[in-house]
Amino acid sequence: MGRRLLVSLAALVAVVVMALLTQTPAAGQTQASAAKASPAAKASTPPRTADGKPDLQGIWTNNTLTPFERPKSLGAKEFYTDQELADLTKRIIEARPGERVEGAELGAANPQEVRYDLELYGFDRTKLRYTSKRTSLVVGPEGVVPPMLPQARQRNADRVAKNKGHEFDGPENRPLSERCIMMGQEAIPMVPGANEGNLLQIVQGPGYVTLLHEIDHSTRVIPTDGRPHVPQNIRLWQGDSVGHWEGNTLVVDTTNFTNLTAFRGSSENLHLVERFTRAADDTLIYEFTVEDPTTWAKPWTAEVPWTKTTGPVYEYACHEGNTMIATILRGARVAEEEAAKKGK
Amino acid sequence: MRNWLSDSVIACVVAAGLVLAATHTAAQAPTYRAPRTADGKPNLNGIWQALNTADWDLQGHAAAKGPAPLLGAVFAVPPGLSVVEGDEIPYLPAAAAKKKQNQANWTTLDPEVKCYLPGVPRATYLPYPFQIVQSPQNILISYEYAGAVRVVNMGAPTKAPGDSWMGWSNGRWEGETLVIDVTSQLDNTWFDRAGNFHSDALHVVERYTPRSADTLNYEATIEDPKVFSRPWKISMPLYRRVEKNARLLEYKCVEFADEVLYGALRKKSSN
Repeated sequence: MGRRLLVSLAALVAVVVMALLTQTPAAGQTQASAAKASPAAKASTPPRTADGKPDLQGIWTNNTLTPFERPKSLGAKEFYTDQELADLTKRIIEARPGERVEGAELGAANPQEVRYDLELYGFDRTKLRYTSKRTSLVVGPEGVVPPMLPQARQRNADRVAKNKGHEFDGPENRPLSERCIMMGQEAIPMVPGANEGNLLQIVQGPGYVTLLHEIDHSTRVIPTDGRPHVPQNIRLWQGDSVGHWEGNTLVVDTTNFTNLTAFRGSSENLHLVERFTRAADDTLIYEFTVEDPTTWAKPWTAEVPWTKTTGPVYEYACHEGNTMIATILRGARVAEEEAAKKGK
Repeated sequence: MRNWLSDSVIACVVAAGLVLAATHTAAQAPTYRAPRTADGKPNLNGIWQALNTADWDLQGHAAAKGPAPLLGAVFAVPPGLSVVEGDEIPYLPAAAAKKKQNQANWTTLDPEVKCYLPGVPRATYLPYPFQIVQSPQNILISYEYAGAVRVVNMGAPTKAPGDSWMGWSNGRWEGETLVIDVTSQLDNTWFDRAGNFHSDALHVVERYTPRSADTLNYEATIEDPKVFSRPWKISMPLYRRVEKNARLLEYKCVEFADEVLYGALRKKSSN
């Protein structure tokens, strides 16, 4: 009995010492990282979850002024200087309604887009900011999405042509976003859109990382236990995502897309690899590479910094509140009836 | 170091005392002790599903002809025993009349037919699996049906920013049991396909208690003074989906409700 107590005591001491050793540097690191203004994709020691995985949890926003593609005038310039960024930010905040500022993606806060009292929706233009020094979210010397292959152009044109003249026939003819089946920003990969609805909440459990997108309460439950993709014949609106950890980075591989949820004209052959790395206490780097040999001649990559924010994440019940589809279809039927009456 | 060691000894003694206390409690009411998560809480992680007919009718019911006679035996109402304690749902008189009306018109009124978010507790016993993902700060519950989801706050209770279909969930641990307090649900959801309903005053307290490695006891106490004369309770076991590679798949049912919601507005000559 005495010996067994000693052994368990030693084990307990060892556990406590280990816990102290691993905790102290992690806490120090967090503060140091937070103090650094510009995030780097490789943080040495991010915080850990109770089961020892990098802790990506929290509520994040991907809102940014950085445009998706680089403005042509910038040529091969991949990064702004600090001074350039400060000047540009100032110009955006001071822009008059209707004035366009090249190099910035203002979304709903764009002076041209203002239809509402922005403050009513919690938007404050003076808080807009660039989240990195990049001139575009698409990385590399081009900074733009590669040109679409002719076959892909044809495929997409055919799809539009097929629906032409039938746009108001029934719900199936309406865009997926209008039907609340796939909202633009719930699509994968996750790219910033307008200011509203950029909230993303990550909750981690043993063997799983879950990602809740506020838009349309779109939830991804991503296994990280090494299981394979579901069989190829099971096609999913959001694709099938499986993940694994590479050092401090969560790597998520997604396939099994349908041919209905094209990402910038992609096909059901889209293969997406996303990388999530916590760069600082308040910054997570989301990087994705898309590959679709039936759409683009080569893969391309974008990098989107996410910023820690406070919630709450609201429930976004799109379908439940959708009166638009019925209104649009009813409008079309009334127009047809009136046209028929006139014709008589 | 010596102080440190003696502190540890004290910790050990305290821990041993706690274990003894826990064992003592267990002896009074024998309960299954679940495996623990890394932070020492009962581990409820996994994919779970009810195996009953509660979504057809919380109360006991015989088999009946289904709403789509052309589907024959495929969509008939399966029989089932009650999951309601005492089998009585204590409706106030006006509410009892509304329940009858709901039941008579359920195919046109039931929010499940329209692929609307199910609310709590119905989400739990819909005939689809759901997954619990547990972290110390939050427990995310992802439901296959309609991609419904809720994030249960495990910290200090917070107030709902507004009413919603899935409500606002504050959770806490009571020994082996995960207790979730659900408030601020809209009055749009139902409890089942038999027209059992509630108002916006609904308050649900759920209790998830592990009863074996692969089963949980689920209890929900339902309180709604606008509809019921007293609180009432449902209970049922939940079963772990133990299949190798079990996964929640996507059940975005919006498109399956197109005909019900918009069929009458379709262009007549087309299709």
